Amino acid sequence: MDILYLLIPFSVLLVLGLIGVFAWAIDAGQFDDLEREGQRILSDGAASLDQDQRQS
Amino acid sequence: MSTNPVPAQAASVYDDDAVRLFTIAAVVWGVVGMLVGVFIAAELAWPDINMGLPWLSYGRIRPLHTNAVIFAFGGCALMATSYYVVQRTCQVRLFSSLLSKLHFWGFQAVIVLAAITLPLGITRGKEYAELEWPIALLLAVVWIIYAVVFFGTIAIRKVRHIYVANWFYGAFIIAVALLHVVNGAVIPVSLTKSYSAYAGVQDAMVQWWYGHNAVGFFLTAGFLGMMYYFIPKQAERPVYSYRLSIVHFWALIFTYMWAGPHHLHYTALPDWVQSVGMLFSLVLLAPSWGGMINGMMTLSGAWHKLRDDPIMKFLIVSLSFYGMSTFEGPMMAIKTVNSLSHYTDWGIAHVHSGALGWVGLVTMGSLYYLVPRMFGRTQMFSVRAIELHFWISTIGIVLYIAAMWSAGVMEGVMWRSVNDDGTLAYSFVEVVKATFPFYLVRLTGGLLYLSGMLVMAWNVWKTATVGRYVPVRIPLAAAAA
Repeated sequence: MDILYLLIPFSVLLVLGLIGVFAWAIDAGQFDDLEREGQRILSDGAASLDQDQRQS
Repeated sequence: MSTNPVPAQAASVYDDDAVRLFTIAAVVWGVVGMLVGVFIAAELAWPDINMGLPWLSYGRIRPLHTNAVIFAFGGCALMATSYYVVQRTCQVRLFSSLLSKLHFWGFQAVIVLAAITLPLGITRGKEYAELEWPIALLLAVVWIIYAVVFFGTIAIRKVRHIYVANWFYGAFIIAVALLHVVNGAVIPVSLTKSYSAYAGVQDAMVQWWYGHNAVGFFLTAGFLGMMYYFIPKQAERPVYSYRLSIVHFWALIFTYMWAGPHHLHYTALPDWVQSVGMLFSLVLLAPSWGGMINGMMTLSGAWHKLRDDPIMKFLIVSLSFYGMSTFEGPMMAIKTVNSLSHYTDWGIAHVHSGALGWVGLVTMGSLYYLVPRMFGRTQMFSVRAIELHFWISTIGIVLYIAAMWSAGVMEGVMWRSVNDDGTLAYSFVEVVKATFPFYLVRLTGGLLYLSGMLVMAWNVWKTATVGRYVPVRIPLAAAAA
């Protein structure tokens, strides 16, 4: 099962990467105010975007 | 930023050229892939219909079917919808119009090359990874272009929050890139022949890590992304629990990576690796059903919509097949169950309940939402034809999987039957003979499903020819103007 010498370190790196992405998401406020995010795609107008959601 | 400068007015409309191209391509390849499927189903019942031609033999044509339905049909549907969804949820045009079109034409080139090389017998022999190395290289380049356009669009988004569907699409794109590169590692010996960089059971492990994650990320994560946009939009209700969508996303992408060994139970793969695969496959039940419940319950308080809206029927029924398949899969991953089901038609039943039931129906529902909007309309040319398509397909699916379940369990039981003196009760060919009627029923089911797809192709053609593309304004850009 020599392939494990490739697969396990690779998987560990991958998991570390995923944790990094998750940490970025929390930090960037991706998980704040989840209820409104579900609604957002249903309102067509730009009025649905409040100031703190704008991104330049 | 954009590789072709866009005048101020044009910057305020979405860039749907690639979306339209991929949408039409998805419908065309759907018909082609299902037609090939019907042909090979007929071949299993009547092998002589290949007329002695090697290019039509089952061994060569089967991968043409799998590649056409998964990558050509499924792939184009994912690409069309991901480009549609990412723009609208980010309120911005695609990162690069030129690259998106290169992506489209490059991907079509890969499909055409597959259609040429596979019947010629040029194959790596690895399931869902049959295309030889020059085509695999082209695919890798196309995939990088796809990733650049998709993630580039997210990077230039005008909405800070990244809608959940984009996480699913993003995971699909990244995972498939990883899988393709690792499983594609080969030593080429000629333009049409290469050997895997891995050998023996280790190659098998890499192959089924790839194979199962192709199902998990290409056929599941990608289409969950589709589901999370088109169900709320069609139902005009938000996702039932946005929090749940995030939780099950992370759980899903983490767990799927480990399920591959369940394809290798009772082989030379070490026992402990088989057990890891079995365990994580069972755990996978939870995040999968999280997605199913979330999608279905979006209709909570609005179930009456199912009565009159055939697009809603497609989308919700697709989720019931998704739930069924993601329950059946973990059950089949249990070693004891697998000792009966492996190598039988039960595997085919399982694949097709997932493929025809989940992937097919959610794609059809989503495309029926998308197609009119690509041609300046809000409804398909014929809503009654959508309803017809739904019923034909569903009956076809039920016939298909019931036939294959029956055949599969019968095969497994007959293969393991022993006489009192320990000899096998049935020879292999006797079991093959016994599956004949089930192959006929399956062929009928497949023909129905193909017919449904032909109804869709007609409806799409009518919608495209009576409609006219109208550029769609980006709400945020319009507000800023």
